[in-house]
Amino acid sequence: MNAKSTKKTPLQIIGIILFSLALIVFTVSLSLSRYKLDKDALKEQLGDDYKYGFVEPEIDKITNTTYSNSFAFMRAYAERMDVAQEAILQDVTENKGLTTSDGEYWNTILKDDKVNSMKFAVAKASSLGPIKQNSALLFWGSFGLGLLGAFLYILPKLRQSKGIKNNHIYHSSMHSLGWLGIATGIYLTGFYVLLYFFPEHMVSWVLLVDPISEALNGGPASQWFLYGFLYTLCIIVMGIRMIIKYRHNRYQMIRTGSVIFFQTCFAFLLPELMAFLNKPAVDLKNIWPLDYSFFFDYRIDTLLENGTFGLFLLFWGLILIAIAVPVITYFYGKRWYCSWVCGCGGLAETLGDPYRQLSDKRLGAWQIERWLIHLVLVFAVVMTMAVLYTYLPASDALITKDRFLWLAVLLLVGATVWIYFQYRKKNGMPLTAVIVSSAVSLALIAVAVFNGILFDAGNLMFTGSYQLRSWYGFGIGAIFSGVIGVGFYPFMGNRVWCRFGCPLAAYLGLVQRFKSRFRITTNGGQCISCGNCSTYCEMGIDVRAYAQKGQDIVRSSCVGCGICSAVCPRGVLRLENGPDVDERALEQRVIHISESEVKLLA
Amino acid sequence: MHIVIIGNGISGITAARHIRKLSDHKITVISGESDYFFSRTALMYIYMGHMRFADTKPYQDFFWEKNRINLLNNFVEEVKPEQKRLLFADGTDMEFDKLIIAVGSKSNKFGWPGQDLDGVHGLYHLQDLEAMERHSQKLEQAVIVGGGLIGIEMAEMFHSRHIPVTFLVREKSYWNNVLPPEESEMVSREIRENGIDLQLETELKEIWGDREGRVKMVLTSKGEKIKCGFVGLTAGVSPNIDFLQFSGINLEKGVLVNAHLQTNFPDIYAIGDCAQLQTPKKGRRPIEAIWYTGRMMGETVAHHICGNPVEYDPGIWFNSAKFMDIEYMVYGDVPPNMPENYDSLYWEHPDGKKSIRLVWDRQGGHILGFNLMGVRFRHEVCEKWIREKTKVEEVLQDLKLANFDPEFHREHESAVLNAYADKTGTRLHSRKRRNLKQVLNFLRPA
Repeated sequence: MNAKSTKKTPLQIIGIILFSLALIVFTVSLSLSRYKLDKDALKEQLGDDYKYGFVEPEIDKITNTTYSNSFAFMRAYAERMDVAQEAILQDVTENKGLTTSDGEYWNTILKDDKVNSMKFAVAKASSLGPIKQNSALLFWGSFGLGLLGAFLYILPKLRQSKGIKNNHIYHSSMHSLGWLGIATGIYLTGFYVLLYFFPEHMVSWVLLVDPISEALNGGPASQWFLYGFLYTLCIIVMGIRMIIKYRHNRYQMIRTGSVIFFQTCFAFLLPELMAFLNKPAVDLKNIWPLDYSFFFDYRIDTLLENGTFGLFLLFWGLILIAIAVPVITYFYGKRWYCSWVCGCGGLAETLGDPYRQLSDKRLGAWQIERWLIHLVLVFAVVMTMAVLYTYLPASDALITKDRFLWLAVLLLVGATVWIYFQYRKKNGMPLTAVIVSSAVSLALIAVAVFNGILFDAGNLMFTGSYQLRSWYGFGIGAIFSGVIGVGFYPFMGNRVWCRFGCPLAAYLGLVQRFKSRFRITTNGGQCISCGNCSTYCEMGIDVRAYAQKGQDIVRSSCVGCGICSAVCPRGVLRLENGPDVDERALEQRVIHISESEVKLLA
Repeated sequence: MHIVIIGNGISGITAARHIRKLSDHKITVISGESDYFFSRTALMYIYMGHMRFADTKPYQDFFWEKNRINLLNNFVEEVKPEQKRLLFADGTDMEFDKLIIAVGSKSNKFGWPGQDLDGVHGLYHLQDLEAMERHSQKLEQAVIVGGGLIGIEMAEMFHSRHIPVTFLVREKSYWNNVLPPEESEMVSREIRENGIDLQLETELKEIWGDREGRVKMVLTSKGEKIKCGFVGLTAGVSPNIDFLQFSGINLEKGVLVNAHLQTNFPDIYAIGDCAQLQTPKKGRRPIEAIWYTGRMMGETVAHHICGNPVEYDPGIWFNSAKFMDIEYMVYGDVPPNMPENYDSLYWEHPDGKKSIRLVWDRQGGHILGFNLMGVRFRHEVCEKWIREKTKVEEVLQDLKLANFDPEFHREHESAVLNAYADKTGTRLHSRKRRNLKQVLNFLRPA
């Protein structure tokens, strides 16, 4: 019978049911906890007896109340803390006689930031009810059942013959913006909003993984542990699905194995081990500027406090930025990172694989992409420079504020000169790149020359670097890379962040486009313009536009996932590392009648 | 100058694009099938849900206006060569200075009883796809007639929807008038492994309909009656030129053209599936209804019209297809039955889904062709070997240069060398690696 979907085996149907059940258990568990304020936890979090003196009488008013949900609990908490804040403020100004111009004033009052940052820990300590008592049961009922369901659904795919099986993707509600896809997108987006902005409302989920955290690093779980755990599970499970789907293609199998390995070991287990050993927990494969806080004061301080190991981590990070990225990208293209190593890429290539066809292929999307991603790169560079400038000492050190500024000017001018030469080449950079890069360099030179006259001595920019970095953290780090980056998989494809926002992808892309040996070659005249390659390109590259002209594909955004080559029904595309891309790669070779031939006959 | 192109398939569109590249002439492309150019070869992927129709359009809709190529959705009913005028079905007309006929094919119907019933369709036009979709709604059985490339596509399409398919093929094994026996056998096996009822040496005799004129059953040459709600006619295609019958343009099976692709009226050209060459190149057929030759003809005609009178030269034969999960590529001369003076080496992977065949001249020892199943070879490398009449042993030793499989795929060249040693007793060794730099060095003109 006509069915616009691939037949499911009974096991697969059971799998779907179990997975849905697990999802319900997981979602409902969020509402199972009740809350009764834990005074000791609050006191510990506050860590200040003076302030606690004002807080205690207020919270005593609610310590005997049990709240049925986190919203009511948090409202009560906020109201009490509000009163306590007022009381402290009054004491500070009236009894202590401090004013806003005193440094002491800011240290003594209870700031909103502090009240907010305690919310999660307080909520977690204050929670009562079935989850705390039955965390093992609920863990297996959600995570365990979900895993079982997922594998029951995925493993029977082995019965299908090896080969490209994209049947009914555009008939599926989940994969073509139908109601299931939209619901999934809303759920994912909601998850990220909770995670980044309201973690105090997801403590029930965090409680579920407490035992695992205890086992791994000896401490209780935070929302970030839950996130890392879920993230790794998704990459493993959907990675296995990816390997099964492409089991006729060894490039895909090995590549997927690689992203599973780097996520599980480098992003998840190794930092846990470091934390267990009381070392700074660092993801060794995360590279600035994707890892935008690499040069933040607190991170550098942590590394510097950790002796040889800390110094090693600092140099490792610097080597990745300055040597590994350009050199490895020169030889293999940005794929070595984006689709083999990176965590964001890892999730996109596994969990996100079913949504890759939803990326926008229109020219307009490409134009937006080029502006957006490079502006984020500029933002990341400027923000980092400002932060470092604020951090560095004014004198008596190897790297002072002034020396750093001139070093930055030197680097930027160097980059501008390089960009200018790329602009002069045939098929080179656009003039806009030269203008933007010159403008940023000139601005920095102006700052360096007039520094101290125009700006207050501590900061590089008009606003403090703290302000700049909090904008970046909120706008780029949380909203763009998290909420939109993953939440929008079912709406805009699995590489929204990598394509439009990732500053490291922009950096890798510049190397790939202008100084690399990597390209996708086109097999002579075999293209039939069918469009499978473009449809399944997660980066929204119109691969067909090149293939049908017999032109190699050299694009800064290409992450080298190799799916275009896999889905091509005529064997037209191959990812290759050859001589420098300047050689031949940009020629159109499918022209049947060459110019020379025309002249001979004419 | 106003150049009018009838047909917006690959030939017509290639001609339009190249004319625009080479000149500022006014260009109008007429199609009664679709508003915009789409890739006909991708129709099957729409049905199977791999792509939407929009994804099969190689150029975004703004492209045409930007390149000043006028598109007209209309149906040409008559061509008046002397008046240089076209008459449309809606009563309007249009004048031209040069006319390019690129109207493609239609599915063959060989006068079977019942061939015009509701539910009997080929697969060539967008409208055929729509008909397939319409008839698939409650379809319980489909019958496909004719063992060519479109037949197997149609079988794969129905198979993706779990609709049982019976595939009637006249020959002893699938497409054995093109594929050598081993490859033909491999594809026949693939068809059966996918659960398709492949009936070889079986022809269609009659199609029976119900009272409403809908197909309900077929009768095969073996006397079997098969109940079905859809009959796919895929026994080849022929030029779609009925509307030219009384135009005065010389026709045979197709529109007769000279080496410059001109008809008997020098300002009227025909290209693509509908063109029939009066003197085809040696070893080539007068009508070649394939994508690649259509594209080449489009380019040739554009040069001719824009003042570079080149002759059509399709170069060394190549083609490709995909049979279910098995990709197929061919370069050069690979006859289904080896003539006396040809020799051939066939290697097949133990999984029965990959093979490599080399064909060479027995006397001269030079390579003539490659046939690949489930393995990808480089077009340009194979072409150069064939063009330069490279000795087969040279080719074998450098075979890795031709390897175009994705990275990390197992390489089969040493197995091919072993097969050669088994066949001839001569043991050869690979002297090149699979490496783009070596390939580019090889391809660089001396």
